[in-house]
Amino acid sequence: MNKLDELFCRKKKNILNIYCTAGYPAINSLQTILPALQQQGADIIEVGIPYSDPIADGPVIQQSNMQALQNGMTIPLLLQQLNSLKNSIHIPIILMGYLNPVLQYGIEKFCKDAKKAGVSGIILPDLPMYEYEQWYQPYFAKNNLHPIFLISPQTSMQRIKYADKLSSGFVYAVSSSSTTGSNKIDTGQQQYFKKLKSLKLKNPLLIGFGIKDKVTFQNACKYTAGAIIGSAFIKAIENSKNIQSTTAQFIKSVKQ
Amino acid sequence: MNKKNTLSNPDTNGYYGQFGGAYIPEMLYPNVEELRKNYLKIISSPRFKKESDTLLRDYAGRPTPLYFAQNLSKQFGTNIYLKREDLCHTGAHKINNTIGQILVAIHLKKNRIIAETGAGQHGVATATVCALKGLECIVYMGEKDIERQAPNVARMKMLGATVVPATSGSKTLKDATNEAIRDWINNPTDTHYIIGSVVGPHPYPDMVARFQSVISSEIKNQLHKQAGIKWPTHVIACVGGGSNAAGTFYHFINEKKVKLIAVEAAGCGINTGKSAATTQLGTQGILHGSKSLVMQTKDGQVIEPHSISAGLDYPGIGPLHANLFSSKRASFLSATDNEALAAAFHLAKKEGIIPALESAHALAALSKVKFKKNDHVVVCLSGRGDKDMDTYMKYL
Ligand SMILES: Cc1ncc(COP(=O)(O)O)c(C=O)c1O
Repeated sequence: MNKLDELFCRKKKNILNIYCTAGYPAINSLQTILPALQQQGADIIEVGIPYSDPIADGPVIQQSNMQALQNGMTIPLLLQQLNSLKNSIHIPIILMGYLNPVLQYGIEKFCKDAKKAGVSGIILPDLPMYEYEQWYQPYFAKNNLHPIFLISPQTSMQRIKYADKLSSGFVYAVSSSSTTGSNKIDTGQQQYFKKLKSLKLKNPLLIGFGIKDKVTFQNACKYTAGAIIGSAFIKAIENSKNIQSTTAQFIKSVKQ
Repeated sequence: MNKKNTLSNPDTNGYYGQFGGAYIPEMLYPNVEELRKNYLKIISSPRFKKESDTLLRDYAGRPTPLYFAQNLSKQFGTNIYLKREDLCHTGAHKINNTIGQILVAIHLKKNRIIAETGAGQHGVATATVCALKGLECIVYMGEKDIERQAPNVARMKMLGATVVPATSGSKTLKDATNEAIRDWINNPTDTHYIIGSVVGPHPYPDMVARFQSVISSEIKNQLHKQAGIKWPTHVIACVGGGSNAAGTFYHFINEKKVKLIAVEAAGCGINTGKSAATTQLGTQGILHGSKSLVMQTKDGQVIEPHSISAGLDYPGIGPLHANLFSSKRASFLSATDNEALAAAFHLAKKEGIIPALESAHALAALSKVKFKKNDHVVVCLSGRGDKDMDTYMKYL
């Protein structure tokens, strides 16, 4: 069974998904971050594949991508790192990345190798749903990888249904019309969150973009199964001398 | 719209052969879809046609002359014509596209315009039409390009635009485009993004090509009127993203006897690591929302190109051109920084015309092709050299 399904079967509320960029702040940081996140009770880890032109990301995650690339992070190295962590990380790991590096690696090989490395789901924000349905679906299905699609406040009902149909695990609800790390969420997205709550989807929803602390996390959890924190965590570990304790502190501050 | 794709227009999903599409995050989907659903309807409406024809004629100065270059013709022993896009208002072909897009934006009830720019020509052309129509204008420009194209930055400001430096990545055209896309994600309802070339997600490549196609439609008429000739034997244009080339080729693409010659910027030389010759150095990939040829590492990270001309300093080409290249319908040549400089000085001395550095690349191709006496060769002089005087002055 896919670990994401296990999780959502067991836990329906307050699911905490933490994003980190592979190879950031240091090339081997995943080896510290992943166990620390698991130990502190994160439910899902979303590992970012760094890319030179991350168009859906704000300054904080852009910077982490640039740094990770300078550090030498690549898909083969990322998969190798995940492989070495596979036996100690039991919570679901999903990969988030832009399509181009994945295409160069080869989509079929990528899916096969991601599964081998213990990955449960994939988010490719610039892969159009139509293209996925036409060409990519079999590779995901064959490797029991859950495709996770995004919806935004501008997404029509019809497309929300389409995203729900194609996704498994969960659907990623972008909190506001923004790139990652924005503060728009503070100015009130309650209307949209209420709509999300009333949707009768087959998949649970997790809210991401602009979730940064206990207040924003709890607010999102009032309406959906949980939320995703990215930029705020990246910022927290940016200058950390001790990633393990910084990670612990960060997760505690969100959960308590 | 075409069900099947032809060489000049994409299929319903925005593909030219295997290139094109709309690889965008869901946050951009409503905007791009709104445009896709409406662009053909809008631009074929009588109201749009009337207003755009009037603006192109009275405001932009169209038709631009097709000039028979007597001295070049003598030198190369053939008939060479220059399509004088340099005489357009604002100094380049870019305004053909911005006039079209501003009218589309108004039709879609947008009141905020964003654009990216490299050399500043597209930024100026966008700021110009925004001033004319009273719309807010924000232009993203790489921090590096802001430094090297100061006069165009001043022009945009004088026209009332806000110029925002792109400080991410390599701080040039690619990053300015990223920033414009991010702006659009953040402003999904009131904003139209005026892309400056035949790049970006479908329907941009097709829409921009259609707006620039006025170039080849005029060439066709003018050759007929001025020389009694139905078809040119060669049409030549430089390629950054490929909009002036798309416009120059458009009405000849399905006429196999017309040779299409695209000229890329080789920078310091194809194999020096400082080049922008995408068809020579690129592989299939996705950049700025479409599948095309892209200069990238084997890991799929986009490589920073180099060209002396900021307008050609781009690591991709439009999907239309990727398809013309892979189907061998067009030949792709390249000119180095030095060859372009030499061609610019040569044109200035021989014909009394100072070309933009971009257009100088197209001119440099004249010495790379064997022409016959009875050939009729049209070179697109996409822009004038005023903006490049700082560079030219170093070589005087
Ligand atoms: C005069 C001129 N020619 C050509 C170009 C290259 O663009 P494209 O390939 O889209 O025509 C530019 C871009 O700035 C330009 O200013």
